[in-house]
Amino acid sequence: MTHWIITPIVLPAMMAAFNVLVLRHHMTLERVFSMASMVALLGIAAGLFYGASDGTMTLYQLGNWAAPFGIVLVGDRLSTLFVLLTAILAVLVLLYAIGSGWDKRGKHFHALFQFQVMGIMGAFLTGDAFNLFVFFEVLLIASYGLMIHAGGADRFRVGVQYVVFNLLGSTLFLFALGTIYAETGTLNMADLAQRIAALPADHTAGLRVGAVLLLMVFAIKAAILPLHFWLPSAYATAPAPVAALFAIMTKVGAYAIIRFFTLVFPPELTITQGLFDTWLLPAALLTLALGMIGVLAARQLDRLVAFSVIGSMGMLMAAVAVFTHAGITAALYYALNSTFATAALFLIVDVVRTRRAQNSVALQAEAPIAGGALIAGMFFAAAIAMAGLPPLSGFVGKLMILEATFDSPLVWWVWAVVLGSSLVAVVGFARAGSTLFWKSHAIEGDPYCADDPEDDQAEHELRDPTEAVPALPVIAIGGLLACLVAITVFAGPIQRQLSATADQLFDTAPYISLVLETPGRAIKDSHGADGEDHSADADHAEPPAMGEKEH
Amino acid sequence: MEFLVASSIGVLTVAGVYLVLRLRTFPVILGTSLLSYAVNVFLFATGRLVVNRPPILSDDALSYTDPLPQALVLTAIVISFGMTAVVVMIALGAYLSSNDDHVDDLPEGLTTSDKGEGGA
Repeated sequence: MTHWIITPIVLPAMMAAFNVLVLRHHMTLERVFSMASMVALLGIAAGLFYGASDGTMTLYQLGNWAAPFGIVLVGDRLSTLFVLLTAILAVLVLLYAIGSGWDKRGKHFHALFQFQVMGIMGAFLTGDAFNLFVFFEVLLIASYGLMIHAGGADRFRVGVQYVVFNLLGSTLFLFALGTIYAETGTLNMADLAQRIAALPADHTAGLRVGAVLLLMVFAIKAAILPLHFWLPSAYATAPAPVAALFAIMTKVGAYAIIRFFTLVFPPELTITQGLFDTWLLPAALLTLALGMIGVLAARQLDRLVAFSVIGSMGMLMAAVAVFTHAGITAALYYALNSTFATAALFLIVDVVRTRRAQNSVALQAEAPIAGGALIAGMFFAAAIAMAGLPPLSGFVGKLMILEATFDSPLVWWVWAVVLGSSLVAVVGFARAGSTLFWKSHAIEGDPYCADDPEDDQAEHELRDPTEAVPALPVIAIGGLLACLVAITVFAGPIQRQLSATADQLFDTAPYISLVLETPGRAIKDSHGADGEDHSADADHAEPPAMGEKEH
Repeated sequence: MEFLVASSIGVLTVAGVYLVLRLRTFPVILGTSLLSYAVNVFLFATGRLVVNRPPILSDDALSYTDPLPQALVLTAIVISFGMTAVVVMIALGAYLSSNDDHVDDLPEGLTTSDKGEGGA
């Protein structure tokens, strides 16, 4: 058994503790170690991805205990793909945080960052539903700290909303898990899949409730329409590198939906019939429409980007909701695009903000900002990817989604909303970009606007708007844009890889047999054959569900 | 006993939901803790309600109660306890920094970055 698969969880956890305990007074060392940890993680993630790219699935039994009682980590194509995506994002975002000095504006940024990455990695790798809940909590509690990093009244107030909303989500998650456990007697995903498939059709009322509750929980994470309220303020108010890292958090919800509803509640299962075409697809389309209308309506650049995140999640979930091979492939490709584009946009917003008078990103013309041409160019590229215009990957992803939904009964709705909302998004982004970067040239006066009397002097010492764009942030944003270009250029190979991922997702038998049939330590009755019927209960091969043993 | 447990979960949930919908942070935090109590009792009950039985395998015991929900509840209690502490701290921070303990956004115009906080 190789231990590589647990390192994406252990390494950030150790590094976070190390950062807090040893390095907290040494910002330079903290930066170096934090960065080294993320770079190492990137290497490991690339290795895991490469290892899984030929279709092998890796199982890691914690403490060598066999599933379903032991907790397992599973690295298959899907989870290693998201692990790699997270690692790439984390390196670039951390680079930005260091380069822009965000990490110095509050305490323990690096430790929280590492914990956040640990939670995200764990959520992608785990093969146990309750463990997924625990990793959700790890990533959430770190995100609460990051969300209010650097303080400020607005950030605290939005932080309270964000925390309360997610606490409710966590409670709902526990209710869902409890319901599912009461019905099946297990929380291991592979074991759940097996037992749910074997359940008699007339005993599924509780399970249906559990499935819908789970979908709601993940929809909260993915910000699907009626449950999206936490997102715009939280993302717009969070520190820029944090908002950029949060780009992967919504994908955690999407990942969990894809994982659960291919493995545990597969599409052919009768008890979840209608859940997707009746509920999720319309909700996703409404999310898409609302997000892009929000882009058009936003009066501030940060909220504009936050709404475009909602829109892109709607697009992604629309592709997921058709739940076909092509749909999942398209959704995964779009997830890559949307993650990089979102992160790049949030970082660009921050660069713009530091350069404008009064640090406001309100969408009104002001004097030109220093380094405007470069920033405008980057904004242009990221907005093209986000709005889904050619030539960048957003267009390719959208094309795949349109193609994937072609056989859906709601195809005209999907096409109308996707294309219509794209137009709206293009208008929204174009208007924002031209207001910020072009109309500024019509403003009279000192182009650098540095001696605005309204502006706080202390603010200027912190971040001088006249300085040229520093190198590290540009490298970080450039790296994200380069990723966008890369997934566009290599769209063919990536699409084949993702198609294989979808194959693996829909063929659940190897996953289940890998998890359940790999030998490991099991609970053995020390007294052997004493004929008592409870003695063999611990062996998972016994068919009755645990909950049904007591009457 | 089933009725007692079920109705207590129900009452806790109802009270929790009601409090969560309040305007100010203190009742909202109380509401989330009530909800977490409700879910803890609920999780405990998912292993079926059995009285006077050991939660371990033993040759002497004729039957046993499901130990797994108890472990799950323990985890859930620890997590919700920690989360409550975090939300109390953040709510205090919000109250002290703006002298206002409303959960929702400020009514007129004063949305997020209007005040030029600019990440400082």
